[in-house]
Amino acid sequence: MSKKSNQSRLYVPEPPFRPGDKPDYSHIKVPAEMTPPRPDPMCDAHETAAHALGLIRVLRLTGEKEGPWDPNINADTLRAGLRFMMINRAMDERMFNMQRQGKLSFYMKSTGEEAISVAMAMALNDNDMIFPTYRQVGILIARGCPMQDMMCQLLSNKGDALQGKSLPILFSFKDYGFFSVSGNLGTQLIQGVGWGMACAYKGTDDIASVITGEGATAEGDFHYALNFASTYRAPCIINVVNNQWAISSFQGIAAGEGETFAARGTGYGLATLRVDGNDFLAVYAAMQWAAERARRGGGATVIEHFTYRKEGHSTSDDPTKYRPKNDGEVWPFGDPIERLKAHLVKIKEWDDERDEALQKEIADYIRSSYKAAEKLGSMATESGIAPETMFEQVYETIPSHLEAQRAEFMIENARKVGEE
Amino acid sequence: MARMNMIEAIRSAMDVKMSQDPDVLVFGEDVGFFGGVFRCTAGLQETHGLHRCFDTPISEGGIMGIAIGMAAAGLRPIAEIQFADYIYPGYDQIASEAARLRYRSNGEFTAPLTIRTPVGGGIYGGQTHSQSPEALFTHISGLKTIIPSNPYDAKGLLITAIEDNDPVLFLEPKRLYNGPFYGDPHAPAVNWSGHDLGEVPEGHYRVEFEKARKIADGDDLTILTYGTMVWVAQAAVNDLEVSADILDLRSLLPLDLESIAESVKKTGRCVILHEATKTSGFGAELMAQVQEHCFYSLEAPIERVTGWDTPYPHAQEWAYFPGPIRVKTAIRKVLEG
Ligand SMILES: Cc1ncc(C[n+]2csc(CCOP(=O)(O)OP(=O)(O)O)c2C)c(N)n1
Repeated sequence: MSKKSNQSRLYVPEPPFRPGDKPDYSHIKVPAEMTPPRPDPMCDAHETAAHALGLIRVLRLTGEKEGPWDPNINADTLRAGLRFMMINRAMDERMFNMQRQGKLSFYMKSTGEEAISVAMAMALNDNDMIFPTYRQVGILIARGCPMQDMMCQLLSNKGDALQGKSLPILFSFKDYGFFSVSGNLGTQLIQGVGWGMACAYKGTDDIASVITGEGATAEGDFHYALNFASTYRAPCIINVVNNQWAISSFQGIAAGEGETFAARGTGYGLATLRVDGNDFLAVYAAMQWAAERARRGGGATVIEHFTYRKEGHSTSDDPTKYRPKNDGEVWPFGDPIERLKAHLVKIKEWDDERDEALQKEIADYIRSSYKAAEKLGSMATESGIAPETMFEQVYETIPSHLEAQRAEFMIENARKVGEE
Repeated sequence: MARMNMIEAIRSAMDVKMSQDPDVLVFGEDVGFFGGVFRCTAGLQETHGLHRCFDTPISEGGIMGIAIGMAAAGLRPIAEIQFADYIYPGYDQIASEAARLRYRSNGEFTAPLTIRTPVGGGIYGGQTHSQSPEALFTHISGLKTIIPSNPYDAKGLLITAIEDNDPVLFLEPKRLYNGPFYGDPHAPAVNWSGHDLGEVPEGHYRVEFEKARKIADGDDLTILTYGTMVWVAQAAVNDLEVSADILDLRSLLPLDLESIAESVKKTGRCVILHEATKTSGFGAELMAQVQEHCFYSLEAPIERVTGWDTPYPHAQEWAYFPGPIRVKTAIRKVLEG
C-alpha cells in the first residue's frame, strides 16, 4: 500500500454553534466609527475593494448616527421607514398565524431583515424594477401596494390577481416595480441584468435591483449576472442578503469561509459594498450610492447586506433543529426596527405615545385588510377561482391542443359537480 | 422575389424586423462583427449598429437570462445559441423561466423572445454539433417549437416567431442551410437556387404557426416529418414511385393536428420520420396523436424511422442517420401491412 504523503482531508464547514451550544458572538466587533469611507459613486471599481471586506454602518446600537455614509434623510422619511418595517412585521405575524390555522398553505417571514427591503424601495425610484426573492414583502409595503391585494395572493382567493397560479408569497406586482418571483432560486439575477441592459438600450433613466439570498449565490446564475453586468456595464444593483442561513445550511456552505459575499464582485471588476443590513440608514445610503453609480453609467454594484434570519425559513421549517434557540437574540447587530426607533427617540422625533398610536393603527390596518381579504375566500373555504382558468396565460392565445384539453376538463368537471 | 439559401433567408428575416422595429435586437456568441459561425447574422451589426447586434460571453444560461429580462422589459430579443448541442446550460432559463413567466404572473410579465439554434447532423459534427433535441422542448408548456425545412418557410416562420408574444424556439436544420439534402452524402451537393422554395420575397411576410406544409400529395400513405428528413422522405417517395402525402410539420408545438388527421384518415397508413433518437422522441407523440385521432382509419401499424438511441457518432454518421434505405423499408412495410 502506498503511503499517504499529504495531510489533506475532505473539509466540510460547520457553523460555530449547533442546538445545545451556548452561542457567543462577543468576538464580533460592531463599532460604527470603523465604517469605511464613502468614495465618489463614479469612482474606479477597485476603490471599493476594501469595502467588500469592511462593513458600512451609520447607526450605533445606542441610536446615534456616525460617519460618512449618513444619508441625511429627514425625520418624516425616517418615520415612514419605521412605519413600513412595523407593518411588515405585523403582517408576517398575522399571516404566519393564519397559516397555522389552515387559511393559507404556506408563508415566509422576513423578520429581522425588514430594513433591507424597505430602505431599498425608499432609496430607489418607483420606476426601478426590483427582482426580489420571497423575503422582501417590505418592498411592496414601502411602494404602496394595498395590504388586501397582497393578502389575497397569500390566500389564493378570487382577489388574487394571479388567480392562484403561484405559491403564496411568490408575488408579481408590476405596478409596484416588483418582478414576478420565480421560486427557482438564482434565475432572476441574470434576468434583472437583462432588464437593466434594456433600460440602457432604450435610453431611460431606470435601473434594476436584483436580490438573492447568500445561499443561492452558489447557483451559476449568480456568476452569469456578475459577468454580464460587468461586460455590458449594466445599470443594476446586485444585492446579496446574507442572513446567515439557507434553510438549515449556514453561510459557510454556500461559498466557503475564506471571503465575504461582497468580495465576489471584485474579480468581476464591479463596485462592491458590504453593509450592516440591520441598519436602516446604512442600507439606504448604500442603495443610494449604487443607484447613482448605475444611473450615471458607472455600471453595477454588488452589495452584501449582512443580517440574520431571526425566524424559520418558512412555515414548514423549525430552526431549533439545526441552530441554538437563542442564536438570533445574541446576534450582535440588534433588531432593525428597534435600532431605527432608538435613533428617532434620540433625535427627539419619536416617543412612547406615538409608538403606541402607530402600533394600534397598524394592528387595525392588518386586521381590517385581512378581514376584507378573507371574505374573498381561503384554503379553509373556497378559493372562488374558476378551475378552468388554469388553462389561461400559458400562451397569449389558447392553442388548439390546449383548447381541446380545456373542453375535456369542462365536461369532466360538470360530471363531477353533478355527482356531488 | 429573390433567390436565397436558408442562411440568407434567416438573415433577411432579422434584417426586415430590425428595420421595422427598434425593439428587435440580436445577440449570441460570435454573432456581431464576425456574423456568426454559420454567417446568419453577417452584416447586421454593420447595418443596424453595435448595440443592436452584439457578441456575448460564452454563457448560454446568461444569454437566455438577459434575453428574458430584456423581453420582459419590452424588447424583442433574438438570441442565437451557436449549436443546439450547447443549449443545455440555458435549459433552466428556458424551461423554468421564459416558458412560465406569463403563467406564473398571470400575464403581468411576458417573454416575447426568439431563440435561434442550428440542429441536426449530416455535417460530420460528431456528438457535439449534430443533436436534435426538439422533444426536450415540445414537452414544455408555454414554449413554441418551430423547425423550417426550406428558405421560404424559414424567413416567414422566423418573422412570425419574432412577432409572437410568447417565447419561440426556432430550430435551424444546419444540413439544409445551403441546399436540400436528399439523404445521399455521396451525391453532389445541391443548392437552393434550383428549388421553388428558394424563391423568397425580400420584404415582410409571415408563415403562420400550427400549419403543416404539404410537400407531396398522394393517396397511399402519409409521411409525417420535419427538418432535414423532409427531403429524405421526398427522395424515397420518388424512388419508390409511391403516392404519398408528405407533411412537413414545421410547427411542432403548436401542432397542426387537423392536417395530420385529415391526411391519415385519407391514406390509412402512416410513416413517421425524424433524425432525433427514438425513445421518447417527438415521433412517439405523433404516433400517440395518430392513434388517438385516426385509429379506426388505420390499415397498418404506424412505422417510425429515427436516429438510433445512441449519442450522435462521428465516423458512423451515415450508419446513424435515418437515411433513404431505412425510410424506403418503412414505406414498403407500411404499404404491405
Ligand atoms: C434552484 C433551487 N434550488 C433549491 C430550492 C429550494 N430552496 C428554497 S429556499 C432555499 C434556501 C435559500 O437560501 P438563501 O438563498 O440564503 O435565501 P434565504 O431563504 O435565506 O432568504 C432552498 C434551498 C429552490 N427553490 N430553487
